[in-house]
Amino acid sequence: MSAVPGDFSAAPPSGAMSARLAYRRSRIWREKLIELALFLAALVSVFTTVGIVYVLVKESVVFFSHVPLADFLGDTQWTPLFDDAHFGIVVLLSGTLTSSAVALAIAIPLGTIIAMYLSEFAPFSVREVAKPFLELLGGVPTIVYGYFALLFVTPILQWFYPELPGFNLLSAGIVMGIMIIPYVASISEDAMRAVPMNLREGSYAMGATRFQTAVKVVVPAAFSGIASAYILGISRAVGETMILAVAAGLQPNLTFNPLEPAATITAYIVQVALGDLPHGSVGYQTIFAAGLTLLLFTLACNIAGHMLRKSFREAY
Amino acid sequence: MAYAKGIEQVRVLIAQHKRWDRIFGVCGLLALMVGVLTFAALFVDMAIDGIPRLSVDFFFNFPSRRPAQAGILSAWVGSCLVMLVTAFFAVPLGVAAGLYLEEYAPRNWITDLIEINITNLAGVPSIVYGLLALGLFVYQFGLGQSILAAGLTLALLILPIVIVATRESIRAIPQGIREGAYALGGTQWQVCRDHIIPYSSAGILTGIIIGMARAIGETAPLITIGALTFIAFLPGAPLKAEPPFVSLDWVMSPFTAMPIQMFNWTSRPEAAFHQNAAAAGFVLVLMTLAMNGLAIWLRYRLRKNIKW
Repeated sequence: MSAVPGDFSAAPPSGAMSARLAYRRSRIWREKLIELALFLAALVSVFTTVGIVYVLVKESVVFFSHVPLADFLGDTQWTPLFDDAHFGIVVLLSGTLTSSAVALAIAIPLGTIIAMYLSEFAPFSVREVAKPFLELLGGVPTIVYGYFALLFVTPILQWFYPELPGFNLLSAGIVMGIMIIPYVASISEDAMRAVPMNLREGSYAMGATRFQTAVKVVVPAAFSGIASAYILGISRAVGETMILAVAAGLQPNLTFNPLEPAATITAYIVQVALGDLPHGSVGYQTIFAAGLTLLLFTLACNIAGHMLRKSFREAY
Repeated sequence: MAYAKGIEQVRVLIAQHKRWDRIFGVCGLLALMVGVLTFAALFVDMAIDGIPRLSVDFFFNFPSRRPAQAGILSAWVGSCLVMLVTAFFAVPLGVAAGLYLEEYAPRNWITDLIEINITNLAGVPSIVYGLLALGLFVYQFGLGQSILAAGLTLALLILPIVIVATRESIRAIPQGIREGAYALGGTQWQVCRDHIIPYSSAGILTGIIIGMARAIGETAPLITIGALTFIAFLPGAPLKAEPPFVSLDWVMSPFTAMPIQMFNWTSRPEAAFHQNAAAAGFVLVLMTLAMNGLAIWLRYRLRKNIKW
């Protein structure tokens, strides 16, 4: 050790040296403490997940000790707050799936077209204006979209189809679709822009037009990113709450007809939370069972998206 | 002759294909217009219904059974206080977590776990956060339906947004800056405190503003934890005349917030309340637009001014 160049241990008087060592030691300790604090902050996200799973599973376990799983999945009625209680989650699931289908039927085509247009066709100036604008559209609070669906879109739809009830899945789904467009468009566009330029140049060199290049070269190359944008859209639609609670009604209804009113899983949770159910009752536990269903569904979406991204990723 | 005919055919083919280009260009613009027109319709509809109700009284009245006298005083005060708590928790935690993941984290399974978690949490529906808060904060920790419980919930909700923004703007700082600082003998924390955080602060601020704009419009988690819809009093004042001058009583107070007030008015059958809802919604949209606009402008300026 003593032969190492730059070893000053012999040079300064011993008092100065120990002060320096003490300073260095305290500095190392401070560094370690700060790193630990930052690490704990990063762990908060893990604790959040653990907390979500803990709360949902804990209350659901109590719920399923009252209600058999077969009834939960098989019953075709959802009347948890009545004396003659039925707990068929299918009823709420039908509302969720129908409204999501309407939303995706709007958001996926429009979002894809916008992404293709912005990435391959639009002049620079259009893109510079359109992207922030889409971002603003995605930032509007969902309760405002709910108001818009109930008091603006539904009357317009009733004008075309007078028998449409005031609460319906169609108008909620349409507005939800428009709300999701920015998410689908911006993620798909990022994926398309990440496709290397020389693929496009190769395509143009073969005499392809812009449209042909976009459809046959850019979209297939960006497929994994576009697919994960769709999946994000699905999980947004399934988890959306306020638009449905306001515009689709709170009446459980086993239907796949978007012209009818129906409650979704999320709308049911809102309905229960608005009333004052006693903490610990079966009615209180139903919202956790419903929430667990919702979480599993979105988790499945997230995992599917992750796998798609991994397995279809084209490496350039 | 046959040669010239062949050229003619090719020209026709090219013209056909180019037509598709133009058709798609128009389709793209139309699709964009759907978004633009919806937004315009939403904004104008709210403005027409809501602006006649906007007056000084509307901002300084409590909610009421009579629609003409109802106001949003408790709602906007509640929203501001909840945002204060949210920022207090989300900003330090989010920045610290982002800093750790970019500058400190070793490549191991714990880091992977944290990263997967953050990605997943960004996709969890907001109402599930509400259920978490209801089970954990309201009952397990005994915080009740308070401003503190609401603020914590929204802080967890926007944490992924703040973390991702922090990481992105830290990643944009060139490696040479870190190396320069280390070469002068700086410790890791000194490098972070004096260089990394200041240089990334504008990007972090953008993320924080976007996160807060999201939080201010969130309705579902607040309803789930049981925020009241009818509150005709204000939480205790945070400042007092006698020592110790500051009081934290307000964090445990029950509350209402702008989106909840709007939901309440929207779900009533009377048209007069719908006007109030429109007015509250108009204020809410203006608030989120202003915040998002500020964030976009900040980012634009950042991209223009900073050239490493």
